[in-house]
Amino acid sequence: MDYGFFQHYWWFLISLLGALLLFLMFVQGGQSLIYRLGKTDNELKLMLDALGKKWELTFTTLVTFGGAFFASFPLFYSTSFGGAYWMWILILLSFVIQAVSFEFIHKKGNLLGKKTYKAFLFTNGLVAPILIGVTVSTFFFGAEFTVNRCNITDFDNPIISQWNTNWHGLEAIWGSTLPGGFHLWNVVLGLAIFFLVRVLGALYFINTIRNEEIESRARKHVLINAVAFLIFFLPYLVRLLLKDGWTGQTNYSVVVEEYKYLNTLFANWWMIVILLVGVVGVLYGFVLGALCKKNRRGFWFAGTGTVLVVLIVLLTAGFNGSAYYPSLSDPNSSLTIANSSSSLFTLKTMSVVSLFIPFVVAYIAYVWKKMNFHV
Amino acid sequence: MDVALIGWSRAQFALTAMYHWVFVPLTLGLGLLMCIYSTYYYKTGDEKWKSTTRFWQKLFAINFAVGIATGLILEFEFGTNWSNYSYFVGDIFGAPLAIEGIVAFFLEATFFAVVFFGWDRVSKKFHLASTWIAVFGATLSAWWILVANSWMQYPVGMHFNPETARNEMNDFIAVAFSPVAINKFLHTVLSCWVLGSAFVVGLSSWYLLRKRHIDFSIRSIKIAAIVGLTATVLTALTGHYSGQKVARHQPMKLAAMEGLYNGKNKADIVGFGVLKSDKVYNDGKDPFVFKIDVPIPGFLSFMSFDNFNSFVPGIQDIIDGYTLSDGTVYPSYEEKAAQGKLAQQALRDYRQAMKDNDEEAKIINKAVLDENIKYFGYGFFNSPEETIPPVALTFYTFHIMVALGLFFIAFFAIVWYLNKKGTLQKVKWLLWLGVISIPLAYITSQSGWIVAEVGRQPWSIQDVLPLSHSVSNIPVANVKTTFFIFLGIFTIFLIADIGIMINTIRKGPEAVDESKGY
Repeated sequence: MDYGFFQHYWWFLISLLGALLLFLMFVQGGQSLIYRLGKTDNELKLMLDALGKKWELTFTTLVTFGGAFFASFPLFYSTSFGGAYWMWILILLSFVIQAVSFEFIHKKGNLLGKKTYKAFLFTNGLVAPILIGVTVSTFFFGAEFTVNRCNITDFDNPIISQWNTNWHGLEAIWGSTLPGGFHLWNVVLGLAIFFLVRVLGALYFINTIRNEEIESRARKHVLINAVAFLIFFLPYLVRLLLKDGWTGQTNYSVVVEEYKYLNTLFANWWMIVILLVGVVGVLYGFVLGALCKKNRRGFWFAGTGTVLVVLIVLLTAGFNGSAYYPSLSDPNSSLTIANSSSSLFTLKTMSVVSLFIPFVVAYIAYVWKKMNFHV
Repeated sequence: MDVALIGWSRAQFALTAMYHWVFVPLTLGLGLLMCIYSTYYYKTGDEKWKSTTRFWQKLFAINFAVGIATGLILEFEFGTNWSNYSYFVGDIFGAPLAIEGIVAFFLEATFFAVVFFGWDRVSKKFHLASTWIAVFGATLSAWWILVANSWMQYPVGMHFNPETARNEMNDFIAVAFSPVAINKFLHTVLSCWVLGSAFVVGLSSWYLLRKRHIDFSIRSIKIAAIVGLTATVLTALTGHYSGQKVARHQPMKLAAMEGLYNGKNKADIVGFGVLKSDKVYNDGKDPFVFKIDVPIPGFLSFMSFDNFNSFVPGIQDIIDGYTLSDGTVYPSYEEKAAQGKLAQQALRDYRQAMKDNDEEAKIINKAVLDENIKYFGYGFFNSPEETIPPVALTFYTFHIMVALGLFFIAFFAIVWYLNKKGTLQKVKWLLWLGVISIPLAYITSQSGWIVAEVGRQPWSIQDVLPLSHSVSNIPVANVKTTFFIFLGIFTIFLIADIGIMINTIRKGPEAVDESKGY
């Protein structure tokens, strides 16, 4: 097993963590529905109790995703977090207010009152999925930065990764120095993710809460949000498969390749199979949730499908020599899994630690089952 | 780099870390006590122990959420505000953070859900096991975070790779189990147990003063006083070992902790003192307005090197170069800076040789780099003064921490003894002292971190990388803005946290028993 194997292994783990994070953001999706589905205090409490048992899992996955990205691809961590400052700060802030709101909303003496914490939960449910979707889209549509490792010895300007817009991340939506200034496709993916997690949130309520009113409204929202998701996601997927990509060369330069992501799928037939299985799972989950009035298992089909689809999308960003973080300012500064990973020693060491992951998944599943009392 | 940017980036990180450290020690300290109370309940079946456990658990849960929220920001601030740092040492530093997530944080988060929501829904045995596992997960989480922090203070298990222009790990065991990390973990976690115990004793004392929940309070104090006393003594012991590590690996920090500018054999420890504000490191003047030494001759020498006669270097010695009593020679600032600049030039030349495909030049520059890499970071400075940390802040916080640490040994011993005799309720002044001991425990804990972090300035990684070259290139106005956003949000949540706690405390344990939630 050579350096390349471990680099791909870690990109796979990062993609898997990203896919799991997106699935677990059904919590955010559920939060974004609290005004729509919870018409009375009791209904709101039922929904928050259901989500309250799970928010820490999403939160923990986010922390682990960040830590694992840092450990395996530190150049991405330093370039993206240090450059797209406002994008990440807004995402993080939305999670901060979420964590506290779940604990404080029903407590007396909570200073801000129930309505404010409810608004905080909704804000996280709105902001986090959209901005995370926009950020993921920059893996394909690029960001405006340069990388020069030798800058570290420059006394006056030692910064290795430089960001080239004053919007520090927000240009992924608006403010790009490139012609047009508006990144339509990033916004499209952001909205697609937003509607996807809303579907998952509604399916989770159907799965967990025994309340006819909530269930009936949730099924309606599965349909509405599923349609909205497909309206945004399908064009994005088509655009992705037809667009050019950037391919890293052995001399660390980067060249443009036509139909890059489509080529990656054709070069790896198993990715196409998993993608199709995932799509079927997502659609089947939608149908169960929206149309099969007595079936509560749509959450698991759509959830598993989501994990598979997102896994393949993220793998496509980095596999087959793709630059997973293309630089629009200087293509040769683009990050590939080969030029941005940790050393072989660190990846090997971390790979040993990664053997704990099945054990972690097993005890989470065990506790989930044990605590799966309906509210 | 822009000095204001470095200052505001530091301020933001310090703000987040200090707020985070308001919540974490209570999580770890109260967590252990919660485990013990819960074990008593499991063993005896006595509902009073259940009531005791649930009450402290309720306060624990209020505190827990803000702790992990601030922790999230802290983790990502390494990237957002210290991007150069993240690249330059990310190969080593990222690993403990990732391991924390995989092996510890999931354990903590998953089983705390059982602890909070599982009462009367899962078996008593499973609930107790979940409590211990969750607290073990939280403590394990602290282990990996402290491994990361210790590595910044004592960088080991790495080599510099000019091909990637960064430091890379070559010995994981050396990083994960460095003596500095082990000691820091023990010292920090034990200090959290002290704070948790002070919190329980303090609140129970308040109930006793109000003559409310007397059985509950005595029951709570019975365990907390023993845990507090044991933990305080062990904290002092591990503090001593920490001091010895600092003496060897961060002598400038030790000199700042003691306000020691000119080293000496048989050095004394300052018991109390006031520093002059206009002291220049090499002006030869007495740095103190006045001071009282601890009346044990050579105590600092002993605490630092296990020998009452050993030489302890001062700030001027460290800049001018010195030799320890065991013969170890430490070069002067000028020598280290010269070596650092040589290493940096060799790196530039190596990178140029890479572009030119000049293998011979690469070999030559690699040799120069390897020879001088130890002091790579000193090449970033212009003057020796830049290597001196803020002495006054380090000195005062160190002495506050030690004085309060000694206070807690006596405090817990007396509380334990009187509680055992059954006369604690009658000693009103001690009960009031118990109430006051809660903020005192927080002051002690925060002071300890200020000593550790301010004392190692100007380094982000000791001798390897100063803060000036660790920072992200964000316009300073942006960092100022986020600083005030964080300040506002964290402060609001702290006030809300305290408000909810006060409300819960006022209602007392019975109200928690009656509530359906945790």
